[in-house]
Amino acid sequence: MMNNTLKSQVCKVKPGTLITGKWHKKSYKVIRALGYGANGIVYLAESTSGLVALKISDNNMSITSEVNVLKHFSKVQGSALGPSLLDVDDWYRSDFATNVPFYIMEYISGETFLSFIEKRGKEWIGILCLQLLSDLERLHQNGWVFGDLKPDNLIVTGHPPKIRCIDVGGTTLQGRSIKEFTEFFDRGYWGAGSRKAEPTYDLFAVAMIIINSAYPKRFSRSANMNGTEQLKQAVKTNPQLKKFEKVLEGAIEGKYQQAAQMRKELVYSISRVETHSSSTPKKTVKPTTNHHTRTQRRQKKPAKYGGIIETLLIVIFVCLGYILYVYGQLL
Amino acid sequence: MQKGSLKQILLITDGCSNQGEDPLAMAALAKEQGITVNVIGVLEEDTIDEKGMQEIEGIALASGGVSQVVYSTQLSQTVQMVTRKAMTQTLQGVVNKELQQILGSKTSMEDLPPDKRGEVLEVVDELGETVELEVLVLVDTSASMKHKLPTVKEALLDLQLSLNARMGNNSFSVFVFPGKRKEVERVLDWTPNLGSLSTIFPKLTTGGITPTGPAIREALTYFKQKRSLRSLISRDEQYFEESGM
Repeated sequence: MMNNTLKSQVCKVKPGTLITGKWHKKSYKVIRALGYGANGIVYLAESTSGLVALKISDNNMSITSEVNVLKHFSKVQGSALGPSLLDVDDWYRSDFATNVPFYIMEYISGETFLSFIEKRGKEWIGILCLQLLSDLERLHQNGWVFGDLKPDNLIVTGHPPKIRCIDVGGTTLQGRSIKEFTEFFDRGYWGAGSRKAEPTYDLFAVAMIIINSAYPKRFSRSANMNGTEQLKQAVKTNPQLKKFEKVLEGAIEGKYQQAAQMRKELVYSISRVETHSSSTPKKTVKPTTNHHTRTQRRQKKPAKYGGIIETLLIVIFVCLGYILYVYGQLL
Repeated sequence: MQKGSLKQILLITDGCSNQGEDPLAMAALAKEQGITVNVIGVLEEDTIDEKGMQEIEGIALASGGVSQVVYSTQLSQTVQMVTRKAMTQTLQGVVNKELQQILGSKTSMEDLPPDKRGEVLEVVDELGETVELEVLVLVDTSASMKHKLPTVKEALLDLQLSLNARMGNNSFSVFVFPGKRKEVERVLDWTPNLGSLSTIFPKLTTGGITPTGPAIREALTYFKQKRSLRSLISRDEQYFEESGM
């Protein structure tokens, strides 16, 4: 948004162009553009070790800052949240007589969060968010906050589906201020808290991602209403969000200090809905007053009987085995 | 240790100046005093005024600031982005100057290998987070701005939210031009809190002329004189020693 068109011409590269780094001398052949961001263009490129994503920008500062974040990501053990960083270099572009900074990262192929849910079904919303919360937990424990968390930055990849983040430009050290954000997912915009980088900031954004999945067109703050109240209303009045009401409200109010706490609550709200739907067809009496906790208790009973039968069977088999053994010894 | 501060003027306008000194000359004067002027041009949905655009870009360029033209709906996000970008730009300038003293006159951040560049940027980031910031907001209240003022107010409150999340201190002050009697009028003295804007803004009256140049000149005199950008440079040296540059 900041760069005018003339300046960003230097980032436009035709397919087939060979980009060679000035410092590390590695070459990459551009295949096609993958996406256009606020400060640069991402291309799919071919390297000696396979397909990679190449980001090129005329803004040296933002490129360097993204590289810094990706480097820190690679130090977070086992976190697959962001793409891994493969190379950083400058490309001397002779037709512009200038050095253009670029970096190479792992190519993550897949669908964006919202289009994946559209195709595969709403039941994936909660599951993908559980994955996201586990990754956030690890990121937070390492002292970082993701910042600009939104469906557009999330990609679902592979079999089994796994959520990944493709844009790490907003990642901030905890205690500093959030530099990049998108209004709908920003708690400051909704008057629900500060723009300080804290775990609660990301958790608010996760809640907004779930809300966004039910309101694909998003909505803006109303002038005559408290922002958090407006969000709570939006959750209450939407049948798809009703089941997440408790966890969403908690995240909007900043109740969860850690991603793990929110994750626990989300697991509860998802599994509660599933037991509810699976047990309804079996119900014969009073289907209107089926309280969730009650259905759970009722399901436990057959499980207990099953356990006793199982134990008895095992005991019988062990006894049979022993008798056979003794019989064998006697012979 | 004496702390330095960053000084910025944030000019919010929708068009050309039509009275007094050349605003570009006043912007150049600001630069001489170590103050950047960032300009945000607020447009109607369909008007793109070539002359106004040139002036907006020119003022920013002459003072080493940042300019951006937006439709009023995007104002909030833009105001904070422009302020931040200008901060980083100034700090980067300071760090570059520092690098040149160490590594020779032709060296800037771009000439360093990518790894070193990353380290330098962390210093810039750290400074941007902790440095004291003074923002003098200069709002054009000529007649055509009248219905945009509520959006401007929202955007300024949003800016405060963003900047107050930093570790460093902020002070804001708000001026409007044209003023009731003078060319420029102070509506809010230096304060860390812009909350009172909500009561001030609805009372503002709008006038016919746009004395942008005189407004910048006046605004320059309101910055606290006791601190200078020079002290910021001496502060950098310590950061550089720490990061082993």
